[in-house]
Amino acid sequence: MDKDHFIIEKKRFKSRLIVGTGKYKSFSECAKAVKISGADIVTVAVRRVNITDKKKPLLMDHLDPKKITYMPNTAGCFTSNEALRTLRLAREIGGWKLVKLEVLGDKKNLFPDMEETLKSTNVLVKEGFKVMVYCNDDPLAAKKLEDAGASAIMPLASPIGSGLGILNKVNIKIIRKQTKLPLIIDAGIGDAADAAEAMQLGCDGVLVNTAIAKSKKPLLMAEAMKLAVISGRKSYLAGRIKFNFFGSPSSPKKGII
Amino acid sequence: MTKKNKIKIKVNGKFISVNSQSTVKNILIGKKIPINKVAIELNKEILNKSKIDKIKLKSKDIIEIVHFIGGG
Repeated sequence: MDKDHFIIEKKRFKSRLIVGTGKYKSFSECAKAVKISGADIVTVAVRRVNITDKKKPLLMDHLDPKKITYMPNTAGCFTSNEALRTLRLAREIGGWKLVKLEVLGDKKNLFPDMEETLKSTNVLVKEGFKVMVYCNDDPLAAKKLEDAGASAIMPLASPIGSGLGILNKVNIKIIRKQTKLPLIIDAGIGDAADAAEAMQLGCDGVLVNTAIAKSKKPLLMAEAMKLAVISGRKSYLAGRIKFNFFGSPSSPKKGII
Repeated sequence: MTKKNKIKIKVNGKFISVNSQSTVKNILIGKKIPINKVAIELNKEILNKSKIDKIKLKSKDIIEIVHFIGGG
């Protein structure tokens, strides 16, 4: 297990769990949850500075970007141009090149607009960004992103924040078989079992935000997610037994009295 | 200072009145914004933070100052 590293763009990470930093009650609760989760990558959003309330706490004061890898996202962007603008600004804040691209297509279900996503990926790769791309659980879309130079494929399990779990396990497995890129389930995880399941399907990592932040006890769920990802990964590497529709006794028949 | 020396600019969607000789850096310092934790756009163009002390503002300039917040 020591040699089982999680590598993105030649950088080695200890944890296969990536956590989002949104929806927490406070930055302090968020920072505690991140610590307990063991994640060494967090997603962050780019927004206007509040120029009237100077005392508003800053995320960077709670989560030190020198100790944890910030992965800026493009949440809330519905066009390629908006996403590009956001990530160029993010890079200017502190030189970050590892980014999470998400271009949404529908305000209600938050499904990604894959046409705009692919367009943005092409431009960002040319500009030197390392792009981890939120996408549909569609093997063809994933292949196109890989060909465009994406650094990681991040298909949804189900709609963002829905907690519906992995809806299309077969597609996730197909994407697993076709790509050597890091495959990370992003969005839709509801509980620790979902996270473990993603890992058992062969994903390299899981990105979780709402399932931790909006659980009744975020710090406890952060720990549960950490353990689920470790457990799911080990289970995947160990290899499950074949499905068998008849019973097979676990105790030997020989020597029965 | 007379009104003549003032110009109106827009910062993060809000109109403010500033000294006509102001640079972008003056605005950030005036608003107590930590420059190392933000990115700045002037009229939709991203600025190199090491040069913002040399950029003088004009009337109707639009500045956007962004930083990282919690997000998924």
